[in-house]
Amino acid sequence: MDKHTGMTLIVKMITQVMIGFLLVFGAYIVLYGHITPGGGFPGGVMIALAYILLTLAYGRKVVESKISGVAASIVDDLGALLFWLVGIIGLYIGGRYFYNFLGKGEPFNIFSAGTIIISNIGITLKVGMSLYAIFLALAILQRVVTEEEPKEEGE
Amino acid sequence: MDKVLPFFVAIPIFSAIFMLLIGKWEKKIFPRIWSIITTATLVFLISLIWEKGTIIHVMGGWRPPYGIIMIKDHLSLLMLIIVNVVAFLSIIYSYSYITKYEDYLRFFSLFMLMLAGMNGVVLSGDIFNLFVFLEIASLASYALVGYGVGAEELEASFKYLILGAFASLLILFGIGIIYSVTGSVNMADIARFLINNSGNKAVLMATGLFLFGFGLKAGLVPFHAWLPDAHSSAPAPISAMLSGVLIKVLGIYALMRVFYHVIGVSELILNIFLVIGSLSMVVGALMGFGQDDIKRLFAFSSISQMGYVMVGIGLGTPLGIIGALFHLLNHAGFKSLMFLSSGAIEDETGTRSLSELGGLRQKMPVTSASSVVGALSISGVPPFNGFWSKLIILIAALKVGNIWVSVIIVLTAFFTLSYYLRFQKNAIFGDIGKKVEGAREVPIPMVVPLVLLAIICLLVGIFNHSIISNIIIPAQETLLDRSGYILSVLGNL
Repeated sequence: MDKHTGMTLIVKMITQVMIGFLLVFGAYIVLYGHITPGGGFPGGVMIALAYILLTLAYGRKVVESKISGVAASIVDDLGALLFWLVGIIGLYIGGRYFYNFLGKGEPFNIFSAGTIIISNIGITLKVGMSLYAIFLALAILQRVVTEEEPKEEGE
Repeated sequence: MDKVLPFFVAIPIFSAIFMLLIGKWEKKIFPRIWSIITTATLVFLISLIWEKGTIIHVMGGWRPPYGIIMIKDHLSLLMLIIVNVVAFLSIIYSYSYITKYEDYLRFFSLFMLMLAGMNGVVLSGDIFNLFVFLEIASLASYALVGYGVGAEELEASFKYLILGAFASLLILFGIGIIYSVTGSVNMADIARFLINNSGNKAVLMATGLFLFGFGLKAGLVPFHAWLPDAHSSAPAPISAMLSGVLIKVLGIYALMRVFYHVIGVSELILNIFLVIGSLSMVVGALMGFGQDDIKRLFAFSSISQMGYVMVGIGLGTPLGIIGALFHLLNHAGFKSLMFLSSGAIEDETGTRSLSELGGLRQKMPVTSASSVVGALSISGVPPFNGFWSKLIILIAALKVGNIWVSVIIVLTAFFTLSYYLRFQKNAIFGDIGKKVEGAREVPIPMVVPLVLLAIICLLVGIFNHSIISNIIIPAQETLLDRSGYILSVLGNL
C-alpha cells in the first residue's frame, strides 16, 4: 500500500479493526429497523460513515478502487427505485400506494414486517451511497483548490 | 379512480431517478425526450380526473386522520392544470434551450423533482406532507436557479437558499405548534379540532409563522428580497416555472389552503392579506419602472401581480376569490410566456438589457408577436385574459366598499401598462439595436410553447365566461366551504 496516501499507520490499523464493526452495526440497524429504534436512514448513514472513514484513513484512490463514484451513484439510484417500486407494487396489488402487500408479520420474528424491511433496504442504499458520493464530490473540490493555490501565489 | 392521484407524484420522481440511471450511458437525447413524455403523461392524467369531483386516495390503506391522504378537489384541480401545463410547455421549450448548458441530465432530473414536489403540495391532505413536498420543490429550485454556475447565478441561488430555508424552518415550527395543540397533522382533522376548540393563543403564533413562511415562498412584499435575483438568474424555463407556478403553489395555494381550510380566516388575517397584497402591488410596480434588465422587470411585475391575487383573497367575498383564482390562472399563462420569450430574446441577442435591444419585431417576428400578446394580457388590455381578472378583483373591491384598495388596483394597472409599454417600445418596436442585428427566429421547439401560451392567453380572455363557470367557480366554492372539506375527508367520523 502506498505510504504517501492517507494517514499514519496507527490510524490505518485502527480503521481496519473498526470497519467491520461499523458495517455490521449499520446492517444491524437496518435489518432490525422495524422492531428496534433505527431504520434505513440511520443505518445508511453508518454504512456511509464506514466508507468515509476508509477514505480518510487510506486516501481516495484505495476506496474508489472498491466502489467508484459512478458505481455509488448507480446503487444510489437503484435504492431509490427499489423504494419507489414498493409503493407502486402496493398500488398494483392492494389498490393503495405503499399498501403492505407482504402480510402483517408476527411478533419476535425478524423478517416479518411486510414491506417495511424492503423499504428500509431501499432507503439504506439511497442514503448510504448518496452520502458517500457527496463526500467524494466534496473531496474532488478539495483537491482542485489545493492544486491551484501555489499557482496563484506565483502570479 | 383515486388510484390516479399517487401517479402525479410517483411518475415525475421515477422519471428523475430513471433519467439519472440511464443518463450514465445516454446523456443528451434521452433526458429531453423522456421528460417530454413524462410531462405529457401528467397532462393526460389530468383529463382522467377532470370531472370526477372530490377524490381521496388513502395511502397504504390507513384511513384518515391516522394515515396520510391525497385529496383532489376543485381547487387542487385548478392548480394541477396550471402546474402540469406550464411544466409541459417549459419542457418542450427546454428541448432547444438546454443546448447552451453542458449538463442536460441534472437539469431535467431536478426539473422533474420540482414538478413532483409541486404536484405533491397541491394534492396533499396532510400538513406535514405538504411541508415535505414543499421542501422537495424548494430544494430542486435552489439548485436550478444556480444552474448556470456563474457568479451572479450562484449569488442569487445562495440568497434564495438562505431565505427559503429560513421560511421552511418557520413553516415547520408552525406545524410543530399546530401539532402540539391539536395532536394531528391531517388538515381536515386539525380544522375540526380548531372549530370545536377556538381561542388558543398558540394557534395565533402558528398563524404568524405560516404567514411569514408561505409569504416568503410567494415572494410577497416585505418578503420579496430573493425573488428578483432568483427569477432573473435562473435559466428561462426555470424562471417560467418559478414565476408561473412555484410561487403560486408553494406560496399562494398553501396560504389559501392553510388559512381558509385549516386554521380558518378571521377579520385580522383578511386585513393582513389586504395590506400585504396592496403593498406588493405598489412596491412591485414601482420597482418595475426603473429596471433595465427585462427579466428583472418581469420578476418585479410578478410581485405586483401576486399582490392582486392576495388582495382578491383578502377581500374574502366569493367575487374577490373568483377574481384571485382567475388571475392566478391567467398570470401562470402570461408570465411564463413573458419569461420564455425573454429567454428566446437573450438566446439570440446575448443581452437582457432594454437599452441594448430594439426592433426585435423585424428579426424575430413570432417571438415578438407572442411577447406583445403577453405584455398586453398582463397589463390588462381587453380582450386578453388579464383584463377580466383585474376587472373582477376591482369590482369585488368596490362592492366591499374598500375605496383605498380599489384606487391602488387601478393605479397599479396603470403602472403595469406603462412599464410593459416601455418594454415593447424599447425591445420589440423601434430601431434595431446594435446587438439585435445578428438575431434570427429561435428554433421550433422554443417557438411552439410561446405561440401556444399566446393562444391560451387570447382564448382564456375570449371564453372567460365558460372558464370561470367551469373551473374557477367550483374552486372558489371549495375554498370557502371549510366544513365541506372536513366532511369530504373525515366523513361522519
